[in-house]
Amino acid sequence: MKFLLVEDNLELAKAISNRLQVDGHVVDHVGKISEAIDYFASYEYDLVLLDVMLPDGDGRTFLKHQRTQNDGTPVIVLTARSQVSDRISMLDLGADDYVTKPFDHAELEARCRAVLRRKSNDRQTTKQFGNVEFNSIEGRLSVGGKTVNLRNRELRLLEVFLNAPGQIFSKQKLVDRLFSYDEDVSENAVEVYVGRLRKHLSGSPLMITTLRGLGYRLDYG
Amino acid sequence: MAERPQISGSLFKRLTAILIFGSMLLSIVLFFVVREFAARIAQAGQDSILEASVSSIIDAAVIRDGRVEVDFPYASFSMLDTDQNDRVFYAIRQDGQLLSGYKVIPQTDRLRTDSAFFETRILAQSKFRIASAQRVLIGSQRSTTVSVYVAQTQDSLSQTLKQISLNVGALCLVFFTFTAILSYIAALATVRPLSRLASSVQRRSGEDLRPFKQPVPSEMVPLVSSLNSLMNRLDQTLTRSEDFIAEAAHRVRTPLATVRSYAETTLQRVTKSENRNALKAMMRAVDESSRAAGQLLDHAMITFRADHLDKQQVDLSGIVEDLATSLAPIAEMKDLKIVLRTDGPVHVEGDPILLQNAFRNVLDNALKYAPFETEVTIQVTDSPRPTVTISDLGAGFPNDEIQALTKRFRRGKNAKNSIGSGLGLTIAQDVALAHGGSVALTNGKSGGACVTFYL
Repeated sequence: MKFLLVEDNLELAKAISNRLQVDGHVVDHVGKISEAIDYFASYEYDLVLLDVMLPDGDGRTFLKHQRTQNDGTPVIVLTARSQVSDRISMLDLGADDYVTKPFDHAELEARCRAVLRRKSNDRQTTKQFGNVEFNSIEGRLSVGGKTVNLRNRELRLLEVFLNAPGQIFSKQKLVDRLFSYDEDVSENAVEVYVGRLRKHLSGSPLMITTLRGLGYRLDYG
Repeated sequence: MAERPQISGSLFKRLTAILIFGSMLLSIVLFFVVREFAARIAQAGQDSILEASVSSIIDAAVIRDGRVEVDFPYASFSMLDTDQNDRVFYAIRQDGQLLSGYKVIPQTDRLRTDSAFFETRILAQSKFRIASAQRVLIGSQRSTTVSVYVAQTQDSLSQTLKQISLNVGALCLVFFTFTAILSYIAALATVRPLSRLASSVQRRSGEDLRPFKQPVPSEMVPLVSSLNSLMNRLDQTLTRSEDFIAEAAHRVRTPLATVRSYAETTLQRVTKSENRNALKAMMRAVDESSRAAGQLLDHAMITFRADHLDKQQVDLSGIVEDLATSLAPIAEMKDLKIVLRTDGPVHVEGDPILLQNAFRNVLDNALKYAPFETEVTIQVTDSPRPTVTISDLGAGFPNDEIQALTKRFRRGKNAKNSIGSGLGLTIAQDVALAHGGSVALTNGKSGGACVTFYL
């Protein structure tokens, strides 16, 4: 997915960009409202992450501008305030959701998915591999016409694999991606979810291979 | 609630009382003055007739053959005729010796020749007005003094006086009524600008700190200008502290967010377990401090708002539905299902922002403690009283701590693995109390915490 990140704090912008890139997303970063408006006019984005306080104005200015352009690109506001009233006014102006700084990336990801689910149409977000259709926004996997709704962790695990087919992921890496840092889980917990995915993918050209001592890899074909 | 000031009477009542008392005094004085004046005029009328009577008698006195003869005309007494049939007595004396008339009329030594002398006396149980005069008659041998007394009862006069008193009394009563009404109106008009100022200040919402601009009487200018300057200062302080809080939150949270994002990214690359643990500890610290900061701000806001509760008609079901929608992505991360059970809109009088904040804190807790792939239930019921119940299927509250849990900063013993400053339940309880309700903590039959708001 392609993100436009509007954030004036360079360090934070870099940190967020890095984190989003780990998940395989593309991020354009700007630090001002005026730049954001320029970029927004020149490129297509799947999602805008918008800081509230910017040097040349309020995030609300951007929201107003965007709504006058009749553009439906979802906007998630990054706010440092926690007053409910502030959040509400953002939503009234057309932001689709907000996260409070500092945020958990898993939460940001979940909110992005929820916003995109509400806003985008099916066809664009469905990936096809042979007889497998996978809609990551809806969390829907269909193999040979049989459709299952994936659980959140199964969905995230499949996304990790599909973003880099053929790449080996260690169990530890997968634990980091699936579990929150304060969940006390052993690396074997991953096996449960890999097992479930294998079951869902049976009868398809997608296969999750176990590499002893190294981890797992998704093979196609 | 603001402290009620001590009351030292009412300006309006005091002013009205003083003015009405004054007009009453004035009416009474007026009554006596007018009556006295009327009585004098009436008395002068009687006196002039009596004097005429006396002089007509005395003029008839002559000395004939050394003897005094008084042949006075009939008119001397007929002129004294009144509609009340007042009795008339007379006495004619020559050098103090009664010549004719009634002995009861006493002599007086203040007789004059040029005009009549008047006095009022009680004779035979009745009040008499007596007119008297004397005349020196000069005969051939000697001169002699003839004195004439004419006395008349005052029945007619007092009848007239009674009539006059009645009329004057009625007049004064009308005067009093009129001035009393005027006093009331005057007091009302004087106090009106004050009460108008008071009600216009009272009508304002807690956040409205604009200066008072309507014209006021010059006497109230010092009060209004000091009120305005007080509001101005308060407004500046509030704006400054609101800006300050927002700015402080921004300054603190932005670097925290940077740290958290870097830590998370780095955690993906690091494999050595001691480094990983350090990173995890860092992230936990960041989360804890940001959550604590957020809840402290929320708590401060709730304490502030609870003092100036912005009550309006709110639909509990609507609030809870919005909340469930906004927290759905968080629930999804743990494959939790938020089950909403409402029986249609449930309306209460309340502050929507406070209520939403309270429910959010409890729902946050429920999502945090609920095990994976379970349900968190929110139930809204209308009767017997508006109730919102949020329950999860986690470990529940520790039984021995259930009472102490709503105290500030207390967290349950089994909360070791979740982030939270423990203010969530305190916030919930404060909001419920501000709305005249309460919060009950229970554990479900099959385990799981259950928080119930009674509103």
